[in-house]
Amino acid sequence: MSASRWRRAMQGGFQQPALQLPARSQPAGSSPASAGGVETDPYAESNAPRWLKFLWRHLSARHVLIFLFLLAYPFVATPFFTFQVAAQSLVLGLIALSLTFLGGYGGIVSLAQMSVAGVAGYSIAIFGVSSTPISLGWPWWVAVLVALFIACACATVVGWLSVRTEGIYTIMITLAFGVAFYYLVLQNYSLFNGFQGFQKVYPPDVFGLNWREPVPFYFLTLFWAMAGYLAVKWLVRTPFGIALQGVRDNPRRMEALGFNIVAHRVAAYAFGGLLAAIGGVLLVWYNGLITPGSINVGWQINILVIAVLGGMRHPIGAFLGSIVFVLLQTFAIDLIDRERFNLVIGIVFLAIVLFSTDGLLGLWDKLRTRMRHQTSDSVASTQRH
Amino acid sequence: METKRTWIRSVTGAAVVAALTSMAWAQQAPVKIGVLATLEGPFAAGGADGMRGAELAIRERGGVVAGRKIEMIKASSNANPDVAVNAVRKLVEQDKVDIVVGPLSGGEGIAVKDYSKTQPNMTFINGGSGAQATTLVNPSTNFFRFNTEGAQWMVGLGQAAINKGYKRVMVIAEDYAFPYSQVQGFMTEFCKLGGRVPVKAWVPLGGKDYSSVIARIPKDVDALLVVLGGADAVNFLNQYEASGGDKPMMGGSITVSQDVLNYRGKRRDSLVGTISAGPYADSFDGADWKAFVSAYQKSFPVSSGGYPSPSLFALVYYTNMKAALDALDAVKGDLAGGQAKYRDALSKLELKMPTGTVRLDSNRQAIGTTFVTEVVKDAQGALTTRVLRKVDNVDQMLGLKKEEFQIGSRDIPNCP
Repeated sequence: MSASRWRRAMQGGFQQPALQLPARSQPAGSSPASAGGVETDPYAESNAPRWLKFLWRHLSARHVLIFLFLLAYPFVATPFFTFQVAAQSLVLGLIALSLTFLGGYGGIVSLAQMSVAGVAGYSIAIFGVSSTPISLGWPWWVAVLVALFIACACATVVGWLSVRTEGIYTIMITLAFGVAFYYLVLQNYSLFNGFQGFQKVYPPDVFGLNWREPVPFYFLTLFWAMAGYLAVKWLVRTPFGIALQGVRDNPRRMEALGFNIVAHRVAAYAFGGLLAAIGGVLLVWYNGLITPGSINVGWQINILVIAVLGGMRHPIGAFLGSIVFVLLQTFAIDLIDRERFNLVIGIVFLAIVLFSTDGLLGLWDKLRTRMRHQTSDSVASTQRH
Repeated sequence: METKRTWIRSVTGAAVVAALTSMAWAQQAPVKIGVLATLEGPFAAGGADGMRGAELAIRERGGVVAGRKIEMIKASSNANPDVAVNAVRKLVEQDKVDIVVGPLSGGEGIAVKDYSKTQPNMTFINGGSGAQATTLVNPSTNFFRFNTEGAQWMVGLGQAAINKGYKRVMVIAEDYAFPYSQVQGFMTEFCKLGGRVPVKAWVPLGGKDYSSVIARIPKDVDALLVVLGGADAVNFLNQYEASGGDKPMMGGSITVSQDVLNYRGKRRDSLVGTISAGPYADSFDGADWKAFVSAYQKSFPVSSGGYPSPSLFALVYYTNMKAALDALDAVKGDLAGGQAKYRDALSKLELKMPTGTVRLDSNRQAIGTTFVTEVVKDAQGALTTRVLRKVDNVDQMLGLKKEEFQIGSRDIPNCP
């Protein structure tokens, strides 16, 4: 269910919105859509297994095409485009996805997502293997699990402390957490090795593959990016996700209905933290190092820029935003005088935000509406407005 | 009609393309040299001057080496190692450069050295970075450094401090590898000669507030050794003056560079008498040096953003770029066979520099000259430096035996 449809449902009286969804508790026979009258399920009568019906319902030709393109991409593109452009976009997109989830579905704008990623990154450097003597050298899978756990715990604590704030105050308090963590790692030498951080933090060799080679690393990031994307898509349709969107749109009403708002928001922080943590581990493996410069305020803002640039309305926005961001970061220097390339980046960001209220997704919507107007001066398009 | 015009256009287009390609084939393909410096972040000013230094070395040869045109491709970082590696990777894998010159700062240097191991057929030559570990710990066979590093730059300052009568010195330095090296270069000599360093204050890079450090300065020290760079040094000077400080200062190699000497604040005059050491001196009167300075001034007049006299970063980038070009000349522009011949020529190069001759040790690290200098005021009232002493053949071991040498850190060396 898209956010706008949800909003409409909320405004048009409380018509048991959960019923419009393929909720898992539904008995197989009764079509969930019939109650809401919004979606009709053409596969309701067939006897195919439920997961197959789920796929039929949600997959279209363009999904398959994009998936095939993503699979074929590293075999067509140069190693540079596979590693530095695509894999980096996927990793940053995954971190931005955690913010898109929090912001788009929970109404929480948290600037601490890069710091959560940084906690995971530093944890894997400290517990795993690096060229710095501080590292404990645990087996990689233990280090990864511990890193994810610590980062999730930190995200939950940040959520717990900032959950009672709204809007700009949430931004401020999460920014404060991020800056505090930056200065902690910058000035602490016994644990975080200060300004120099950790070098040579590489992914392990598993199944005889060097996972830092461009193609394996691309597929590693692709797997986790898709896992994160699908997890968000799935989660926002569960009762929890619906309730979270309810909390976003009208917390007082949800509270009156008996929902625990604080618990929902903290849980959202925890899930967002998990996404950011996975992204953080991948980011350290991508860079092969982590220093305070990898998690400074600039990067906290960059994650927000990526999320806003792509559009917060749909999880794909985070990845669209990160692709544009990485392409600009990499190639802007070729477009203009080398001392001034940050100007190009700024102008493009400004232009996108200026001409669209919802980043690239908003632009795409506008474009599609206009195309529809041109092809058929039809009733359908006017009905939409 | 329409189709005919299109056809004519495409034929013309094809002809032009064919002509251009054949012209390109007539000459030899240009040598692509990627140059990485910090055009953003805390060292942006130094990075821009580094670029000028590299450009100067190319202009000296008229943009041609061994009959091949030199194409310089600039890349930028912000002193963060991950950004530096991304930029170098783009130069190597996307822009397909033949040689990389860079990066500028210590942490970046180590990261780029690590990256160079994944590109064994490429040659990487340092830009300005001066971390000791780059060539001492896991050195890479295709990473060369023709500039001396942070610890080498401070050799001679310990003796000069003793000569000035400084017995107890407090160290105020930024908290990362390069200042550790600088402090080690000073202390190794200073402690051996009987000096004492009771307090070392490590401040974060890019910090704006030095009041807590200033409060910690003991009453009984004779002088301060300040190893801060660019804007940070200027900040410290302001705050130390405002708090009424009057201890004489000694500077690190990037503290008393043109960045600070061009500073127009009140503390300016109290800088006179500051001793420091570094790989060059404005006032060195060697003929080659004077020629170098005037070439720099002619190429980059102050009106177009250049400094009155080349900064440290201009010199080190010039040094490394000149080494890259001299070795190219020695192999007649032949980079075939994974550049093995070229790297061999680099290792054997005796680089004639404006400051003296530079050669490489077995880790491909420069053995070169260091100058001990003192800040003086010239006739026009501009601050400049005066050479107290020129130390030749400074190597990375600082006069210690290989067994007793340890890389500098917060606690090494130590003589409270």
